[in-house]
Amino acid sequence: MAGARFRTLVTPLIGENPVTLQILGICSALAVTTSLDTALVMSIAVTCVLALSGFLVSLVRRQLPRSIRIIVQITIIASLVIVVDLVLKAYLFEIGKRLSVFVGLIVTNCIVLGRAEGFAMHHRPLDSLLDGVGNGLGYGLVLMIVGAVRELLGQGSLFGVQLFLPAELGGAFEPLHLMLLPPSAFFIIAVIIWWIRRRRPEQVESPEFRAPVAGTETPR
Amino acid sequence: MSPLSELFLRSVFVENLALSFFLGMCTFLAVSRRVETAIGVGLAMIAVQTVTVPVNHLIHTWLLAPGALAWAGLGDVDLSFLALIAFIGVIAAMVQVLEMVLEYHLPGLHRSLGIFLPLITVNCAILGGSLFMVERGYTFGESVVYGFGSGVGWALAIVMLAAIRERLKYADIPDGLQGLGITFIVAGLMSLGFMGFAGLGGG
Repeated sequence: MAGARFRTLVTPLIGENPVTLQILGICSALAVTTSLDTALVMSIAVTCVLALSGFLVSLVRRQLPRSIRIIVQITIIASLVIVVDLVLKAYLFEIGKRLSVFVGLIVTNCIVLGRAEGFAMHHRPLDSLLDGVGNGLGYGLVLMIVGAVRELLGQGSLFGVQLFLPAELGGAFEPLHLMLLPPSAFFIIAVIIWWIRRRRPEQVESPEFRAPVAGTETPR
Repeated sequence: MSPLSELFLRSVFVENLALSFFLGMCTFLAVSRRVETAIGVGLAMIAVQTVTVPVNHLIHTWLLAPGALAWAGLGDVDLSFLALIAFIGVIAAMVQVLEMVLEYHLPGLHRSLGIFLPLITVNCAILGGSLFMVERGYTFGESVVYGFGSGVGWALAIVMLAAIRERLKYADIPDGLQGLGITFIVAGLMSLGFMGFAGLGGG
């Protein structure tokens, strides 16, 4: 049992990563990653919401009539997000402001509802809690990698600490402004996906179209 | 140009929900395999967005904003922390209504949308539209235009992406990039292109 629980926690990290394999929760993964500290705060917020919503949904799963389950799940999630939002406003006002509407958008982060519907509805509370933490960490991992790359190449710093001196201050580092713009996040995630799938060929999607003459050969 | 048409242009091109705010990405990436389904989802999105943003605007001004309950003699009540729950409730209800209408009048489209219609409820673009409307303090007229415009912008983006992806079927793509990976790169390039609209409409 302990082994199964450990697997619940660990598989979402790379094997079934919510962002790169399940295509869930991408909106915020792209928008909040211009620097590492917003990415970190966002990952923590999402992990908390995921774990608690999984736990709570799983607690009430037997009492829920099927027809209204989505509404109940969303209400639970929205309440948790309001709490997170208020906590951020109280203790991390600056970062909360930079995250702007994206904290509220955790409600519609597909990972949260996807896990509540797909996992917590059929599993016991503790397993759902672990699944939530695992998926939150998997999501956080991608966010942190993208955030680190973007901040390092875009500003030459990590967590706001200047590591390379930019050229205009006499250093040798030329900031790559593309990294601060939205499109760069798409490219970085594409590269992460590519890398993971090189290592794990079972995740590769089969091509939608094969040349009829090529027979069994995948066109290359 | 009048301020309203300027707002419309800005919400379609400059502040495109999908390509410059990354909202509604899950649906954006998942339903863009075929142009027909993309058009269907795009239309559903426009319909839901055009209705929910103004409705949420009314709810926000008359019930939730600080001091909004003054008409009921409760001037010092601030319910704005309830905004998320209220908005998502309105959205869920609207999607439900739309689903019933489609099932009755356009069963073919309803079947091809399948699971994605209910998923519009958790489409960040819809909730994001409402939250931006509050954050930027639009008037009622502006919120109608903004709702419609942002829906059109999102629909435009997903139809274009679907058209590109249909062509990609014939391209040589490295195994690891097949499917999701190449879609990300295409979306990134489209987003770069849309940044070129930044100077449009005096924005």
